[in-house]
Amino acid sequence: MALQAIAFYLLAFVTIAAGLLVVSARNPVHSVLFLITAFFSAAGLFVLLGAEFLAMLLIVVYVGAVAVLFLFVVMMLDVDFAELRQGFAQYLPIGGLVGGVLTLEMVFVAATVATNGAAAKNGLPNASPGGVPNTEAIGRVLYTDYIFFFQLAGLVLLVAMIGAIVLTLRHKPGVKRQDIGKQVARSPKTGMTLVQIKPGEGISE
Amino acid sequence: MQTLVTILVFAPIIAAAIAGLFGRRIGDVASQSVTTGALILSCALSWYTFSQWTWGHMEAFTVNLLPFIHIGDFQANWSIRIDALSATMLIVVTTVSALVHIYSWGYMAEDDSKPRFFAYLSLFTFAMLSLVTAADFMQLFFGWEGVGLASYLLIGFWYKKPSASAAAIKAFVVNRVGDFGFALGIMTTYWAFGTIQFAELFPMIQANAGKTWEFAGHVWPLMDIACFLLFIGAMGKSAQFFLHTWLPDAMEGPTPVSALIHAATMVTAGVYMLCLLSPMFEYAPVAKNIVTVIGAVTALFAATVGLTQNDIKRVIAYSTCSQLGYMFFAAGVGAYQAAMFHLFTHAFFKALLFLGAGSVIHGMHHEQDMRKYGALAKLLPITFIAMTIGTIAITGLGFPPLHLGFAGFYSKDTIIEAAFAAGGHNSIAMFAWVIGVLVAGLTSFYSWRLAFFTFNGKARWGHDDHAHDAHGHDAHAHDDHAHDDHGHGHDHKPHESPAVMLFPLIVLSIGAIAAGFVFNGYFVGHHQEEFWRGAIFTAPSNQVLHHAHEVAEWVKWSPLIASLVGLLIAVYVYLIKGDERLGLKLAERKGPLYVFFYNKWFFDELYQATFVRAAKFLGDLFWKGGDQKIIDGLGPDGVSHVSYEVGKRTGKLQTGYLYHYAFVMLLGVAGLLTFALYAFR
Amino acid sequence: MIGLPHYLVVAAILFTIGVFGIFVNRKNIIVILMSIELILLAVNINLVAFSAYLHDVAGQIFAMFVLTVAAAEAAVGLAILVTFFRNRGDIAVDDASMMKG
Repeated sequence: MALQAIAFYLLAFVTIAAGLLVVSARNPVHSVLFLITAFFSAAGLFVLLGAEFLAMLLIVVYVGAVAVLFLFVVMMLDVDFAELRQGFAQYLPIGGLVGGVLTLEMVFVAATVATNGAAAKNGLPNASPGGVPNTEAIGRVLYTDYIFFFQLAGLVLLVAMIGAIVLTLRHKPGVKRQDIGKQVARSPKTGMTLVQIKPGEGISE
Repeated sequence: MQTLVTILVFAPIIAAAIAGLFGRRIGDVASQSVTTGALILSCALSWYTFSQWTWGHMEAFTVNLLPFIHIGDFQANWSIRIDALSATMLIVVTTVSALVHIYSWGYMAEDDSKPRFFAYLSLFTFAMLSLVTAADFMQLFFGWEGVGLASYLLIGFWYKKPSASAAAIKAFVVNRVGDFGFALGIMTTYWAFGTIQFAELFPMIQANAGKTWEFAGHVWPLMDIACFLLFIGAMGKSAQFFLHTWLPDAMEGPTPVSALIHAATMVTAGVYMLCLLSPMFEYAPVAKNIVTVIGAVTALFAATVGLTQNDIKRVIAYSTCSQLGYMFFAAGVGAYQAAMFHLFTHAFFKALLFLGAGSVIHGMHHEQDMRKYGALAKLLPITFIAMTIGTIAITGLGFPPLHLGFAGFYSKDTIIEAAFAAGGHNSIAMFAWVIGVLVAGLTSFYSWRLAFFTFNGKARWGHDDHAHDAHGHDAHAHDDHAHDDHGHGHDHKPHESPAVMLFPLIVLSIGAIAAGFVFNGYFVGHHQEEFWRGAIFTAPSNQVLHHAHEVAEWVKWSPLIASLVGLLIAVYVYLIKGDERLGLKLAERKGPLYVFFYNKWFFDELYQATFVRAAKFLGDLFWKGGDQKIIDGLGPDGVSHVSYEVGKRTGKLQTGYLYHYAFVMLLGVAGLLTFALYAFR
Repeated sequence: MIGLPHYLVVAAILFTIGVFGIFVNRKNIIVILMSIELILLAVNINLVAFSAYLHDVAGQIFAMFVLTVAAAEAAVGLAILVTFFRNRGDIAVDDASMMKG
């Protein structure tokens, strides 16, 4: 079990450190990269718990889609990050104080729940009850008990997609686009003109 | 009989209501006729009542009209009480009022607001009548306040003149001070005796005369306190020393007003009250002494000031004040009958003098400064004769051995004799006698000064020295009317007044001559007990009136001698040496005595520096400090200011910055968590 | 021994860091969005840890949905950011105070 402990502490440390660096990095690209690091180590934590499906999902969706999206946007926006870090230190003390208080309280709650709550009685963690692999355990429940939420999640994604398009789509004037309908509907009358050419002469317009 | 007296009392107020409310619609002549007619009716009924009383052996009675206030022991009614006192006052009030109404047809002929004037005059008359026919303190107080109100309205009749408005306010305020004392006196009486109805009260007094009150370690006699407080009311109303300052300023009102209110009726209300309450005063020796002293001092004070004045109306006003002093000290020594008699005769000759002065003023186109008069005897003959008769009456010229003289002779001499008689065992009364004789001389001097200054000597009104040049004068009564005069384009010589103004003068002259002689017996002479029949109460120890008739001869001659001395001095200064204008030269020397008397013993300045400034200071303190800073500051202004500030500050919380909002949310979460931790452990 | 509390503590610290990042940061909206992702990650860790120790798969299902919503929200948030940037020319949060009361 020492290995598990070492793995846990390492991953936990990396997660937290990455989180801190996300917030405090000067360069926004660095922030995104640290966010990716945090996601990876969180995925590692999930694996330690036995929820490997969710760990993979984290990597594929969060890192592969969301973080990359962040990176795209950061790169796209031409931000001058020389001015970006002013005013940080001003709010550090009070923010730190409140944050510290909050953390302490949450830790306290966590300790109480863990020792007296329902979870304390169950012994070792088991993320796949029923003896089946984790993926199958999730699959058994997702499409039966939680089918409604599953569909709803799909709808949420649809709406988000439409929303993103609506917000950012611009028709720039002067950009040439194809209108397939017009192209296909062209007839010889409008597309062609017959010209009699004498041999040896070219066409002059 | 009862209906007659009811009509008598209420006719003036009905006429006043008609003229006051509908005057503009029914027009000047109709308003004047209604009011004058009502007053003449009241006058006729009053004389009828009086004659029934004096010669017809009518009994005293009280007509109960309406209940006023009935709360437990405190019973007050609207009623009309007829006895000797009220019958006398009824004829005084209604006669003078009726004559003044008639006179005003002429005097106020050029005024714009005649209906208002006549309505006020009738209103005043009603208030005075309700005062004199009161059967309890409440109605007396009602009438008291009513005449004060009417006085204010009439003094300030020409309200566009600032000095008139100021004088009206001054009169009302000073009266109020007196009324406060009066109210306290009524309350003391009620507290001591449990009733305010005269019929119940007077029999109780003899038995309870010794009642006392413990306060601040002293034992105070209740009767003295009550009577002193009531006398303060009389001091205010009758312009006695200390509360006299309003009377000279009251001359801002039109002359008929001065004649009616400030000569014959309102100012005599104080004397009337004292005589009415004689049952109480007879058992309050200290209060009586105070009355005597104040009365005597007033007489002296007013006479000295009247010596120096140049405005014809003011001289007569001070003369009134002085004669009222006589009446008061007569009541103070116990000769109430003499006081009432003097009130009666004084009404006639003082009204005569005022109306005569009004005639002169009217003839001189509203010039009131006597220094601009002179040699008017030929131009205003009837006025001249009337004023001479009035002056003889006031100075009390007569012949003691034959007991013959004009009106003032009888009444004033009786007072002086009574003072001497009471002086035998009361040094204060003796003091009053000395003052009385001295003042008789002064009265004679200034009265004849007025007469000679006005009617004799050389004319000091040149054709280039006109009334209209004297616009800036404080003596000038109405500026706009003087303009109207000149618009008429008549010659600027003084002229005699119209018949409607002379008729009252003639009637009053007859009264001034005969009133003393005819009524002496009834008021103070042999028939006095039958006449008064209990209306005036004198204690068994009070034999002043009897003794008065038995004093030594030289005492009876003393006032006459004093008057003649005064007359001779006046003749010397103003007739013999008239052309040299001796009086004016003496005045211009501005000797200390002259300055002191001319400035009314500096009373106005004294009151201004003490009471007026103190009152203003208090008023300002409560207004700015109390009302504005504290009440408004804590109340509406303060609350609105605080809400505005709080709102502004709270608004600053909405910064628009996302991270501020997030921070606040975090704080909220932390707080909630803390709460949950400790609440649900 | 690594038990439930350890995971919960990690999640708590991460959550606080995320919240901290939102209001400390004044000049960069993107960091705010990333801090929100951190918060959601912390919540996910919590859910999965409880799911494992309670032997109930529902926690993981819920975590999956949280993931979905987080992705959707990131997409829309970035779209808004792009529009914001197009209108203003920079992404400083300090200037976004038009709702100031």
